[in-house]
Amino acid sequence: MNRKTIIPIGPYHPLQEEPEFFELEVEGEKVIDINVHIGYNHRSIEKIAESKTFDQMVFLVERICGICSTSHPIANCNAVEDLAGIEIPERARYIRSIVGELERLHSHLLWAGLAGHFIGYNTLWMWIWKYREPILEIFEAVTGNRNHYAMMIPGGVRRDIKEEDIPFLSKGLDEAERKIDMVTKAVLDDPVLAARLKGVGILSREDAINYCAVGPTARASGIPIDVRRDDPYAAYDLVDWEVITQEEGDVFAKAVVRLLECFESIKIIRQCLKMLRTVKGEIAAKVKEIPPGEGIGRHEAPRGEVFHYVRSDGSNMPVRLKVRAPTYVNLPTCKATVPGESVADAAIILAAIDPCYCCTERIVTINKRTGQRELNGQDLLRLSRKKTEKICKNMGRRNV
Amino acid sequence: MVQQDVIKELKEKLGKKILKWEEKPPKRYYLTIPREDILETANFIFKEQGARFIIESGVDTPRAMEILYHFSFDELNKIVTLKVLLPKDRCEVESIAPIIPGANWIEREIAELLGVKFLNHPDPRRLLLAEDWPEGEFPLRQEVRENQ
Amino acid sequence: MNKLWALKKSIWVYHLCSGSCNNCDIEILDCLTPKFDLERFGILLVGSIRHADAILATGSISRKALPRIKRVYEQMPQPKLVIAVGGCACSGGIFKNAYNIVGPFDKIVPVTAYVPGCPPKPEAIIDGVVKVINSL
Repeated sequence: MNRKTIIPIGPYHPLQEEPEFFELEVEGEKVIDINVHIGYNHRSIEKIAESKTFDQMVFLVERICGICSTSHPIANCNAVEDLAGIEIPERARYIRSIVGELERLHSHLLWAGLAGHFIGYNTLWMWIWKYREPILEIFEAVTGNRNHYAMMIPGGVRRDIKEEDIPFLSKGLDEAERKIDMVTKAVLDDPVLAARLKGVGILSREDAINYCAVGPTARASGIPIDVRRDDPYAAYDLVDWEVITQEEGDVFAKAVVRLLECFESIKIIRQCLKMLRTVKGEIAAKVKEIPPGEGIGRHEAPRGEVFHYVRSDGSNMPVRLKVRAPTYVNLPTCKATVPGESVADAAIILAAIDPCYCCTERIVTINKRTGQRELNGQDLLRLSRKKTEKICKNMGRRNV
Repeated sequence: MVQQDVIKELKEKLGKKILKWEEKPPKRYYLTIPREDILETANFIFKEQGARFIIESGVDTPRAMEILYHFSFDELNKIVTLKVLLPKDRCEVESIAPIIPGANWIEREIAELLGVKFLNHPDPRRLLLAEDWPEGEFPLRQEVRENQ
Repeated sequence: MNKLWALKKSIWVYHLCSGSCNNCDIEILDCLTPKFDLERFGILLVGSIRHADAILATGSISRKALPRIKRVYEQMPQPKLVIAVGGCACSGGIFKNAYNIVGPFDKIVPVTAYVPGCPPKPEAIIDGVVKVINSL
C-alpha cells in the first residue's frame, strides 16, 4: 500500500513546523522514494547584489545564512580579490582563519545538539548548546556580535584582534576543547548511538561523486575534499592541520567527521593566535577600484564548499553574483540515502546532511492523491526517539 | 596526475572547438565552446578527467545569454569554467543532468530565473519560485529591475 | 479580560519562520538553552498554533510562505499577539525590495511588538516578550 507522507520539521528546529518539506512515499515502515521541494527562503539575494556596491555586497551575503554567517563573506571577498588580483595583509589572513574556524566550532556544536534532539537525547542537546555559548561570547568580544560579525571586506578584515583579548580567547578555547572532548568520547563510546546510527543512511562514494557532494557529507564517504587544503586562502596554508575523513558514509561517520573537525579547528585557531602576537601591520589592503573581469572565490564552510562567482564591468557595482551554498548540492543526496531506510530513520538521515535551508531553501510537498497528511514532523521525531528507546531497552540501559 | 596534464588534455581533446581561452594561471581557466559541444565536453571533464562539478551560473548580457559550467580539479587546485553563449531569441541548450545528477537542481533554477530551456532535462519543474509566479517573467534577466 | 489575566502567568509562544536567514530563529532557540532558560519565566515554546498565545515571527515573508503565514494566523486563538523578531520581520531589512518578498509582517498581519536587531540577542527577545506580557 502506497501512502504519501509529509514531514515538516519542528518546533525545536529553526525551521517552520507547518510547511511540508519532504515528500516521502512510504510502504509500511519503509521509505520508497523522497521528493524535495524548496522555495521558501528564496530572498533574491543575487538580484539585490546587482544594485549594491562591492562593499555593500559583503554585508548582503552575510545574511544569506545565520549559521554560516561568515562563510559567505569570506568566499565573496575571495572572489572579489581573485577578480582584482588583491593580496590581503598577513595579519588579516590569520584573523580570517580565526573567525572562520570559530564559526565551524559553533556550527558543528549546533548540529550535534540538534542531532541529539532528533534521536531523543534531549539532555545532550541542552548540554551541547550550553557549551556553545562561550564560543558565542568569544565572538561577541572579538567582533561585537554573537552572529553576523561583519568582519570581512575585500582587501582584509574590518576589526583587529587586540593583544589584551587573546588570553580571554585562549581560555574560552581551552574550556570548549575540554567539553567537546567529553562529548566526543561520550558519542564514540556509546553503544546505543552506535546501534542507532551506524549503517543508517549510507551515502556511497559513487553517489557522493555523482551528486557532487561537498563538506562533511562527502568526507564521511571517503572523499578527501576540503577547500582549505585544495585551494588555500587566509592562513590555512600557514598552519598545520589535518583533513578528517571516514569511509562508511553513514550518519555515525558524518557525526564523527564533524566532531573530530572541531579539534582541528581549535588547533588552527591556537596557531593563528600565536602568530598574531608576532605578525603586526595592516589588517586591510587599500582597494581603489575593481577592474572589469570575473572572479571565483571559495571557502570551506561548516557544511562544505561555498562558491561565489562575481563579474564586474569596471563600475563600483557587480554585474552578476552567483552564490552556491553547500547544502544545494548536499541536499539532493537524500535521494540516494533515504529510500530503502525505515521511516523512523528519515529524520536523522536528513539531519545528517546538516541542511542549512536558508542557504538553500525550504521544502514542501502536498499529497496529490488523497490531500491528506498522515505523519507530520512531530510524528517522525517521535518514531525516531521510539527507535532509540527500543535499542536502549534491548541493551538494558535507561534512556538518556 | 601531473600539474599541466589536465589542461593540455582538454586543449587537445577540444582542439578547434575552443572559441575563446582565458586563463589566470595556475588556478583559473575560462573556455568558451559552442553549445553543441557542451554534453561531450562535460562528459569528458566529469567522467574521464574526474573533475568535480561545482555549479552552473547563467549571466544575462546584452550580446547573449551566457551559461557557465564550473568544474574543480580538487587535487590540482584548478577551476575550469566552460562558457556557452546562447542567442537571446533561442535560449536553449542540452541539459547535462543526465550525465551529472548534481546539475539537476541548478538547471531548474536557471530555467525559471533566466528563461533558459534545458533540452532533455529529466525533471523540468519549478524549483524556487511560487506556483503563482507569472509564466514568462524571468526575475534575473537584466530588463527586470528590482521592485517590479 | 479573564484570558488576558491568565496570560500574565505564563505565555506560550509559537515560533513562525517565514523565510529568513535563520539567525533570529537560532537566537530564539538559544533562549531555551540553560544560559537564558526561557522556561523559568513560564514562557513555553509550543508545537501547535492552537496552543499558542503569541507568535514569535521571523523573516520577511517570501511568496511561497505567504499562504502559510495567513493560515497560521487564522488558526490562532484569540487574543492574537504577534511579536516580530529581527530586522527582516520588523521592516524587511535589506530584503525589502526583493522580487520574492511580500513582507514585512505588519503588511500582512497586525503586529503587537517589534524586537529589532540582526539578530536581536536572546536577552532582547525575552525583554520583548516580557514587555508584551506587562502591557496586557
